[in-house]
Amino acid sequence: MRYLVTFARFCWEFIVGDDWIVAAGIVIAFGATGLLAHHHMAAWWVMPSAALLLLGISLWRATRRTSR
Amino acid sequence: MSITFLFLAAFVACAVEMVEALTIVLAVGTTRGWRSALIGTAAAALSLAMIIAVLGPALTRVPINDLRLLVGGLLLAFGLQWLRKAILRASGYKALHDEETIFANEIEHARTAAGGVRGGLDWYSFTLSFKGVFLEGLEVAFIVLSFSGRRGGVAVAAMAAALALLIVLAAGVLVRAPLARVPENTLKFAVGAMLTTFGVFWAAEGAGASWPGGDTALLAILALNLLASLTLVYVLRRRRALPSSASVIAAGTEGGQH
Repeated sequence: MRYLVTFARFCWEFIVGDDWIVAAGIVIAFGATGLLAHHHMAAWWVMPSAALLLLGISLWRATRRTSR
Repeated sequence: MSITFLFLAAFVACAVEMVEALTIVLAVGTTRGWRSALIGTAAAALSLAMIIAVLGPALTRVPINDLRLLVGGLLLAFGLQWLRKAILRASGYKALHDEETIFANEIEHARTAAGGVRGGLDWYSFTLSFKGVFLEGLEVAFIVLSFSGRRGGVAVAAMAAALALLIVLAAGVLVRAPLARVPENTLKFAVGAMLTTFGVFWAAEGAGASWPGGDTALLAILALNLLASLTLVYVLRRRRALPSSASVIAAGTEGGQH
């Protein structure tokens, strides 16, 4: 059991890292892209916009802690 | 074009991770002897080879669009983590990654650690080398496998990783000291931007989007990522220079090795 918990923690840190908002945002962006593509609308712009938006939010969250 | 780009991204990413693994093995080897450190390194390399041998062929059975969505998501998650840390370091919010300091710390730990020699092996050396090489190597393995989003991508990325390994190993044998002159933080910035670019490209394709201009869109995404990242560094540096800004996030308060 202890090894399973350690492995799960390792996977979380490896993939999700320091900010879970980024991972959650990527999943939402997948959904939005898939939805637009399904309705034959231009969907290519969603992922690059989401990546930059998530990077900005994550940096704001990280630096807010030290700027207070 | 995208093959060259892919090779370069995999080469730099793997080289950066291997420099970090080399620092650990060198510190253990020079302090406590090479035998156990090298056996630990070989055991980690063998374990990684087994993981790649199992996961590699399994990935070829996944439909290409599902694979692109999966690897695109992984690359995007890795890429944004690397970029985030690189921007925090470049703007002064996080301490710079310093191989010489890490090397000195590892040597101090290795000197003071109790020596448990059993079965002819120094288990401290073995475990530390194994852990260092395995964890850094696992990231290399994931990056290489993530390039399966393009047909033939794994082979190209594996060649890039092998070349990076040869160069880092040769440099390590020659200098017998941490490769402190490698501009690691700058390389991590570039790798973050490249991994994010491939992640965005494949994740969008996997989710059903089509890129205007096909593969050439990669260059536009890379330019956009670099421009946005450099702008963020500029903004954060200015913000940090304001009197109300506080101290740097201490090295090690945030997890991860990127």
